Amino acid sequence: MKAFLILEDGTVFEGVSIGSKREIISEIVFNTSMTGYLEVLTDPSYAGQAVVMTYPLIGNYGICLEDMESKQAWPDGYIVRELSRIPSNFRSGDTIQHFLEQQDIPGISGIDTRALTKILREKGTMNGMITTVEYGDLTDVLKRIREYSVTGVVLKTTTKEPYVLPGEGKKVALLDYGAKRNIARSLNERGCQVTVYPADTPAETVLASKPDGIMLSNGPGDPAENVEIIREVKKLYDSEVPIFAICLGHQLMALATGGKTYKLKYGHRGGNHPVKDLETGRVYISSQNHGYAVDMDSLDPKVAVEAFVNVNDGTNEGLKYVGKNIFTVQYHPEACPGPQDSGYLFDRFIRMMEGK
Amino acid sequence: MPKNPDIKKVLVIGSGPIVIGQAAEFDYAGTQACRSLKEEGIEVVLLNSNPATIMTDKDIADRVYIEPLTTEVVEQLIIKEKPDSVLPTLGGQAGLNLAMELEEAGVLAKNNVRLIGTTALTIKKAEDREMFKETMEKIGEPVAPSEIVEDVKTGLAVAERIGYPVVLRPAYTLGGSGGGIAENAEQCAEILENGLRLSRVGQVLVERCIAGWKEIEYEVMRDGAGNVITVCNMENIDPVGVHTGDSIVVAPSQTLGDKEYQMLRTSALKIITELGITGGCNVQYALHPESFEYCVIEVNPRVSRSSALASKATGYPIAKVAAKIALGYTLDEIKNAVTKKTYASFEPMLDYVVVKMPRLPFDKFISASHRLGTQMKATGEVMSICTNFEGAVMKAIRSLEQHVDCLLSYDYSGLTDSQLMEKLKDVDDRRIWVIAEALRRGISYEAIHDITKIDIWFIDKLMILVEMEKALKEAGRGLTPELLKEAKRIEFPDNVISRLTGISQEEIKGMRHENGIIAAYKMVDTCAAEFAAETPYYYSCFGSENEADGTSDRKKVLVLGSGPIRIGQGIEFDFCSVHSTWAFEKEGYETIIINNNPETVSTDFDIADKLYFEPLTPEDVESIVDIEKPDGAVVQFGGQTAIKLTEALMKMGVPILGTAAEDVDAAEDRELFDEILEKCGIPRPKGRTVFTAEEAKQAAAELGYPVLVRPSYVLGGQGMQIAISDEDIDEFIGIINQIAQEHPILVDKYIMGKEIEVDAICDGTDILIPGIMEHIERTGIHSGDSISVYPAQSLTESNKKTIVEYTKLLAQALHVKGMINIQFIVDGESVYIIEVNPRSSRTVPYISKVTGIPIVPLATQIICGHTIRELGYTPGLQKEADYFAIKMPVFSFEKIRGADVSLGPEMKSTGECLGIAKTFNEALYKAFQGAGIKLPKYKNMIITVRDSDKEEMVEIASRFRALGYRIFCTNGTARYFYEHGLVTIPVRKIEQESPNILDLILGHEIDLVIDIPAQGAERSHDGFIIRRNAVETGVTVLTAVDTARALVTSMENRAKELTLIDIATI
Repeated sequence: MKAFLILEDGTVFEGVSIGSKREIISEIVFNTSMTGYLEVLTDPSYAGQAVVMTYPLIGNYGICLEDMESKQAWPDGYIVRELSRIPSNFRSGDTIQHFLEQQDIPGISGIDTRALTKILREKGTMNGMITTVEYGDLTDVLKRIREYSVTGVVLKTTTKEPYVLPGEGKKVALLDYGAKRNIARSLNERGCQVTVYPADTPAETVLASKPDGIMLSNGPGDPAENVEIIREVKKLYDSEVPIFAICLGHQLMALATGGKTYKLKYGHRGGNHPVKDLETGRVYISSQNHGYAVDMDSLDPKVAVEAFVNVNDGTNEGLKYVGKNIFTVQYHPEACPGPQDSGYLFDRFIRMMEGK
Repeated sequence: MPKNPDIKKVLVIGSGPIVIGQAAEFDYAGTQACRSLKEEGIEVVLLNSNPATIMTDKDIADRVYIEPLTTEVVEQLIIKEKPDSVLPTLGGQAGLNLAMELEEAGVLAKNNVRLIGTTALTIKKAEDREMFKETMEKIGEPVAPSEIVEDVKTGLAVAERIGYPVVLRPAYTLGGSGGGIAENAEQCAEILENGLRLSRVGQVLVERCIAGWKEIEYEVMRDGAGNVITVCNMENIDPVGVHTGDSIVVAPSQTLGDKEYQMLRTSALKIITELGITGGCNVQYALHPESFEYCVIEVNPRVSRSSALASKATGYPIAKVAAKIALGYTLDEIKNAVTKKTYASFEPMLDYVVVKMPRLPFDKFISASHRLGTQMKATGEVMSICTNFEGAVMKAIRSLEQHVDCLLSYDYSGLTDSQLMEKLKDVDDRRIWVIAEALRRGISYEAIHDITKIDIWFIDKLMILVEMEKALKEAGRGLTPELLKEAKRIEFPDNVISRLTGISQEEIKGMRHENGIIAAYKMVDTCAAEFAAETPYYYSCFGSENEADGTSDRKKVLVLGSGPIRIGQGIEFDFCSVHSTWAFEKEGYETIIINNNPETVSTDFDIADKLYFEPLTPEDVESIVDIEKPDGAVVQFGGQTAIKLTEALMKMGVPILGTAAEDVDAAEDRELFDEILEKCGIPRPKGRTVFTAEEAKQAAAELGYPVLVRPSYVLGGQGMQIAISDEDIDEFIGIINQIAQEHPILVDKYIMGKEIEVDAICDGTDILIPGIMEHIERTGIHSGDSISVYPAQSLTESNKKTIVEYTKLLAQALHVKGMINIQFIVDGESVYIIEVNPRSSRTVPYISKVTGIPIVPLATQIICGHTIRELGYTPGLQKEADYFAIKMPVFSFEKIRGADVSLGPEMKSTGECLGIAKTFNEALYKAFQGAGIKLPKYKNMIITVRDSDKEEMVEIASRFRALGYRIFCTNGTARYFYEHGLVTIPVRKIEQESPNILDLILGHEIDLVIDIPAQGAERSHDGFIIRRNAVETGVTVLTAVDTARALVTSMENRAKELTLIDIATI
């Protein structure tokens, strides 16, 4: 069946429908990872967005269910050049075609994803529609597409109830703003007992459990939209509990302490972004997925200083909070997908909790 | 970390002659690194014995030494040039081994020279089997259970313990020389014995056989600050068991999930960190297909064939970055040369698929086994890029230039199903064609996978191609635009579609254009379009938006490359293509290169203004022409590959720059060429053009035996043989007809004489001859396999005059504009023409360097309309240089099981080295040294010689005797020598009881075998076995009297100290 991707600038790509036949309007973003399509599909940070994979062959190794980063697929839509017609991997339990259908994710294949990526790179992230309807006049459709904005996605993706991953070591409270599983797993593997809280849990509740440390997770959407959550994060900041934050968590902490965030032209999504640790001068290849960044100029240097910077475009990649046991990064030390080079940050967090 | 200010003058060591396992990739890496060093203001001293390389140009390095790669030479060079650093990681295994020897001998420390880019400890940790194992164990990286042995007995015991099959890998050898898989004790003993001798340190690793596991490679980089990145990973379609150089390889990996990908990536980064490498490194893994179990196969702490491939596959210039790291820069300080926005500290992301296929030399070695194993056999490779895997495979197949264009090219339809299943077990160069046939018959993926261990994902992709063949066949004349579109998406060429549907190629092209089914070009930009890139490096695909912009305010020239490196067409044509490109640029042209060889300098993205990484077939070239609309194309620098495209280019309306197409054709067409010779009054050996064996025998009867038989329009004397009887003709023509032949067969009278070669430039009026070269071997041995001497030694003044005169007459008659290469036979005062090539030749790089005349740039300027006089040269034969320069062929026989070693009209050498000196004898000595013939060792030799050469051999043998050699001969030869006053030791023939001649060879006390086989069918099988066994046991084998004489001369005159000559000052 034919499918169409209509961008808000009027560009139309014709391809083949994959997954669900539903029509959706979403924000179109691209990811450059060459492996890890299932991790991308199940990353809650993509809620409210449709993802374009720049790597042309997707589905080669099928669906290895234990690689899911959350309980379900989150993107509104999925855009690829080609889906492999057979999967081949000893762990594969499903085909990507079936997975998309079962998860009710509409998508389109057979389009020139590179041409699409170039449009997004040149004009910036924009909205689009995936549909199987062949519209004659686009005026009304384009109006609807332009009206779309990503809202309310944190509460959509967060856990509804708290739960615990038992461990013998440090007690960590993980605030789930749309967390990838591997954050909790990375802590748990290091012996931590991880209690996962819904995003809107009051700071008092979290602090009352007397955690050794607090982990603020990644998550979807515009960070500034989360006014109430930011208020709670400020309270966590004011406590003396060590805090480590990733991605959206990093942005929320900056917002809570007087900083500002802004939307990047087309974001960073992939597994090859170099970040520099300003303390050591070392550069690490990181896994990234964010459309917003912290504006360094907006931060009071007495509150937070830059700890990591993106080597490519100089944007902020991490902060160290002055006089506090708090550090935050914009990228994903939990990897999945992508390089595992920054896993040491979890060790740093544990040392911080140990008071070293 | 900024550049280390103590590094001012760097000695770069190259990899020497092209041999199997060490090809053009090191010229690419070395050239890129030298340019990168010069960019930083470093004075570069270059050492490489290979004159055909671009790196040995004075444009590339400040001081250039084309000298043998021995420790003595390097030590002398260090004393002479006083570099402060040596960069050994660019010269492959040869360069690295040399650095180790220097370090061990204390030469570096004594002269206050440091190694940069690596340390001796790093090299040892990676290369010494025991230390490598220890290092891996220390960091918890698994290696296959194994043990190093130094004798056969221990080896067998270890193998017994680990359990057969076992893999045997000799330490410190090239391309896995002497290694193999042993299924039982007998095979194990045989391989061990051989491997122990070939290893530089007498060690062989006996290892658990992990054949059938997935073979995955990672290219990683590390800087002095400890920053690490992965450039690329690659998956071998052929599982572990086939050398990666002989495997079909895809980048990035296709069947690994992120978990496997990251597991191995993390491991590779751990390894490079532990080894402390500063620069690039290649790590090879075996990954169990049904679990996360893996083991590290090997680590190459240097740039390699794989790193060249990774650089071309991603656009990330590994060698360039490695050179900067060696100077002290960190990855985040080095700009990404492709995007010019980002830095070298990132990992390339591909939005396409890359396939590499090996170019194997079995077309040259008809008797050789096609079996692929752990010892590399490929002479070269091709790479292709497409947005889908099937398309990349199709493009790679047609880039190979071995008469294949799809999965139907080898026909296995005659086999029964059971024969086919049996055939699937053969691990050889035609396996994908056998798989395709199995798929056509409906054999299941699982059944094919069970036998071949090839992942079913790849089998399914081959099935897609097979299904398309069927769909096209069924469609026939009813081909729809939809089906055509899909066929083009997976890169079926028009000619194959035409064959399958029965629709003419012209009609298909028309249908494509009507329906907008045309090739689009995408950029290789390192970042999957995330950033705007500035480097115009393109590949084609169908059904996409075109990114290549054909507009230009300059005149445009298309330079056609020479495709994969194979015997007969080597690196020298890349040298010519690159120099021509640079010269066109100086003339104000926009330059466009089309080529498909990832090992070469020409496919580096900053050589031409634009690079199209594409197959060199008429259709692929035409698609580029449609976009670029070049003002002309130059075909005379890309060897036979480019010449073959002449007619097609003319049909596309692209003017051929330089010598006109009709004239190219006239030189290649027998009848036309004979007319020209007759008109000019130039004699040639009499000959006939025939089509059948009967006609050939009749021609031979008229001409009188011996005759030369060969197909027309071929490279390197392919299929050429000397026939002395009708039986020979039957045999040879049979062989010729095995290879697809559209052209007639030539039968020529064979004249024994001196062989002379000339490269000349002609501007339409005047000619310029940089020099005359003479071959040491008489006619009958291919010019590429002969030792070539400049200036010619034994010509009379009148010979020279005749040669110059004939060259001029021919160049004028053929209206040559640019290059011409002519081969002559001189017999007394008679001069005959044997071959004319209206193009650049194998000898051009060497003769350019030793005469100091920039032949290719001059020819290019002439093609652009300048004249020889205008360019400041006096026409005619140029004054002889003050040097003797001897080009020595280098062979890779030990790598190709079953290949006949004896030399003849068909070319067999894979590379060459140069000896240059003030005296003939020193030049000859250097040339033999450079070729790795370092004698004497044991002072024992064997001579077996055909009757006709016995007389000459007496004198040569006596000279070896005088040097202290004990000479072993079979009875006939021994008796003849005795009768002529030379005492030798008789030895029994092969068929006689032990100890016989074979035992002697296998006893490893023989330095040298001189075996001159009889011509044609009289050739004995014994000789073949003697030569093969000698080569495989590492003994030097000579098969021509003249070569033997040259060798003894060089040994008699061995110099205590060599005089090193800086080529840049010539």
